[in-house]
Amino acid sequence: MKRHLISAADLSRDDAVLILDTAEEMARVADRPIKKLPTLRGRTVVNLFFEDSTRTRISFEAAAKRLSADVINFSAKGSSVSKGESLKDTALTLEAMGADAVVIRHHASGAPHRLATSGWINGSVVNAGDGTHEHPTQALLDAFTMRRHLAGAPDGGPTHHQGGGDGTGRDLTGRRITIVGDVLHSRVARSNVHLLHTLGAEVTLVAPPTLVPIGVERWPCEVSYDLDSVVPKSDAVMMLRVQRERMNAAFFPTEREYARRYGLDGDRMARMPEHAIVMHPGPMNRGMEITAEVADSRRCTAVEQVANGVSIRMAVLYLLLGGAVLEPAAESAETKAENPNSRTEESK
Amino acid sequence: MTSTILIRGAKVLGGEPQDVLIEGETIARVGTGIEAEGATVVDARGAILLPGLVDLHTHLREPGREDSETVLTGTKAAAVGGFTAVHAMANTFPVADTAGVVEQVWRLGRESGYCDVQPVGAVTVGLEGKQLAELGAMHESAAGVRVFSDDGKCVDDAVIMRRALEYVKAFDGVVAQHAQEPRLTEGAQMNEGVVSAELGLGGWPAVAEESIIARDVLLAAHVGSRVHICHLSTAGSVEIVRWAKSKGWDVTAEVTPHHLLLTDELVRSYNPVYKVNPPLRTEADVLALREALADGTIDCVATDHAPHPHEDKDCEWSAAAMGMVGLETALSVVQHTMVDTGLLDWAQVADRMSFRPAAIGRLEGHGRPVAAGEPANLVLVDPAYRGVVDPAGFASRSRNTPYEGRELPGRVTHTFLRGRATVVDGKLA
Repeated sequence: MKRHLISAADLSRDDAVLILDTAEEMARVADRPIKKLPTLRGRTVVNLFFEDSTRTRISFEAAAKRLSADVINFSAKGSSVSKGESLKDTALTLEAMGADAVVIRHHASGAPHRLATSGWINGSVVNAGDGTHEHPTQALLDAFTMRRHLAGAPDGGPTHHQGGGDGTGRDLTGRRITIVGDVLHSRVARSNVHLLHTLGAEVTLVAPPTLVPIGVERWPCEVSYDLDSVVPKSDAVMMLRVQRERMNAAFFPTEREYARRYGLDGDRMARMPEHAIVMHPGPMNRGMEITAEVADSRRCTAVEQVANGVSIRMAVLYLLLGGAVLEPAAESAETKAENPNSRTEESK
Repeated sequence: MTSTILIRGAKVLGGEPQDVLIEGETIARVGTGIEAEGATVVDARGAILLPGLVDLHTHLREPGREDSETVLTGTKAAAVGGFTAVHAMANTFPVADTAGVVEQVWRLGRESGYCDVQPVGAVTVGLEGKQLAELGAMHESAAGVRVFSDDGKCVDDAVIMRRALEYVKAFDGVVAQHAQEPRLTEGAQMNEGVVSAELGLGGWPAVAEESIIARDVLLAAHVGSRVHICHLSTAGSVEIVRWAKSKGWDVTAEVTPHHLLLTDELVRSYNPVYKVNPPLRTEADVLALREALADGTIDCVATDHAPHPHEDKDCEWSAAAMGMVGLETALSVVQHTMVDTGLLDWAQVADRMSFRPAAIGRLEGHGRPVAAGEPANLVLVDPAYRGVVDPAGFASRSRNTPYEGRELPGRVTHTFLRGRATVVDGKLA
C-alpha cells in the first residue's frame, strides 16, 4: 500500500482487492460484542473537515475508534483564505501535534494532493472528498457493497447478500454498473469510474449532456443520455445526488423534467434484472433522482453502504498506518492490560 | 561627459559579426574593424545583438501591490530579461484609469532608470466595464498613453467595446482586449478539456476566448479601428486572427512565452505555479501558437509578467492567484521554443519581441533598427548558454515562475538603455 489515499486512480487491482478483503475482516469485528481492535492504539488520526459532512466524518471517526486510534476532529469550515489561516498553516499545526494520519475533506479539488505532496506534513493523507475531484473511500465502499451482492456466489454469478465474506479475493469482472446523475460535479462518479474499471467492471454513465464533463471521452467508461436503454442491462444502478440549484444554472429545465428523464422510479426499477441492486451514496433527494418507493425497497443498498463505509475506512486506515497484525481485541480489560506490546505503546 | 562603448564582434540580428559603437545615447557606427580610443570594449564574439526588447504586457503592481512587485524591481527584472521598454498594465490599486495614476507610474519608471515604462490606461473606470475612463486625458498626460486595456478583465459589453475602439481613433490609440467571455468562465480554474474533467477543476473553455475575439475583430472592422488581442492562447483564436488579417483588418495579437511551451498536463500536480489566465492549453494549441508566431499571424511575444507573493501560490489550487512572472525568462523560452526549433531566426525574434510590439504601442525610440543614428537600446544574448532556472536569483520581487529547475537556453549578457549599460555580464549594472 502507498502512504496516502488521494485518488482511486492510484489503486492497482491488487491494492483495491486487498482493501476490500481487509474490509471484510473488519466487518466481522463489527459482529463481535466488543467492536474494537487494538491495532492503532497510540496513533492519532485527525479528521480535517473544511466542508460540512457529518456522515463522512462520523464514519471515519467510528473507523478510527474501532481501531483504538486517538481521534481529533478539526472543523475548519469556509475557504482557507476567508478564514485567514492557510491550508499550509493548518497542516503545520497538525504536524506539530503529531498527526499520524490526516483525513481531509475540502471544497477545493486537489487540496488533499497538495497536503500530501507539499512537504507540510509527514503523516498519511486520506482524501475524504475534494471539491469535484474524488472521493476514493466512497468508491471503495460502493465496490465493497457491489462485490458482496454481485460477486459472492461460488460460480461468480449474481446473488444477494449472504453474509460477511462473500466475494473475498474477487473483483468485479464483467459486472455492468450504471452511474446516473450529476457526473460533472460528482467526486463520487470520478472515483467510481476509476475504481470500478480497475476492478474489471463495465461502467456506463447516464446524465443529461449538460451534466457530463467535456473531456469525458477519455474516461474508461461509456456515456449514455438515455436511462431507459441502460437500465435493463445493469447489475447495479447508482443514483447520484442532484442539487436542486443546478436547475438555476440551466443544467436542466425543471426538477420534474429531471426526475422524469433521469430519476429512478418503480417502473424503471422493475425493468432492471432481478438480481440488480440500486445504490445511492446519500443523502438522497427523494422525489428528485430517486422515488421513495425505490429508496425504501429491498433492492436499495443505501443504508448498507453506510455500514460498509465504516469497514472500508477501517481497512484503509489500518493498511495506510501499517497496523501490525490483524488480531481481535482482547476479550477483557485484564488481558488487554497484560499485553506487553500495548503497554509499551502507551508509554511512548 | 559622453560615454563610449564599443561592442565587438556581435552578430547583429543573428547575421555576420560586426562592431557597434555607442556614443552617448546613440549608435554612432555599425561596421567591421571599428576602433575607438578610450571606449569601453565589450567582447561580444558569439553573441547575438538585438534591439532592446519591448513588452506590451507587464504587471508592475505599483501602486497598490508593492508586496509582489514595484516599478523599480519590475524594471530591474525587465532589464535582466533584455527589455528596454515595458507597458505597465492598468490593474493596479488604484486602477490606472486617470491621468494622475498613469503619470505616477510613468514618473516612477523614469526614476528607476532600468527600463522605460509606458503606462497602459484602463478602458473603463475601475476596470468595471461600464463607463469609459478618460482615455483622452490619459493620452494627453505626460505618460502619453496610446494602449488601453482592462486586462485581467474583459471589456465584455459589446457597446462599450465598440465605443472604446472608435474613441481612441482620435489619437491613434489601440484597445488591447483580454478576451474572456465572463459567463462562460464563471468559476473557471483551468483549460476545459480532458485534464479538467479528470481533476474536477472548473473549465475555462477555448470558446470563451474565441467568441470575444471573433466579436472584436468584427467590431474593429465595422468601425475602422485597430484592435490588439492580449495573450492569445488557443488554436481557434489563431484561426480567427488569421481570417481577420486576410480581410485586411487592423488586428494584432500577442502570445506569452508560457503558452508557447507549457500545457494543461502540468496542472495534474495541482501546483498553483501553473495557474494562469488564460490557462495553459493543450499540446495542439501550443503547436498552433508557435506556427502562428512564425508565420506572423501572431505579431509579437508579450510576457504577461504577473508577480504574486509566495503565500498566494503556496496554497490549494482554487485559492491561488493566477499568473506567472516572465520577464527574466521570456527570451530563453522564445529561443527554446522558436529559435532552437527552427521556426524563427534571430532577425524574426527582433521583429516579434521589439519592432512589432513597439509599433503596436506607437512607442518612440524603441524597436528601432540597429543602425547609426538610432537610440542605443540594445541587448546582447549568448545563445550557447544553458542554465537551470533558479528563482532565488531573480531581480523581480516575486518568484512565481513555472520554470524553476528547468534547463533553458540562452542568456542576456548585456542590456543597454539609451547607451547606458543596465545589465553587464548577466548582472544588473
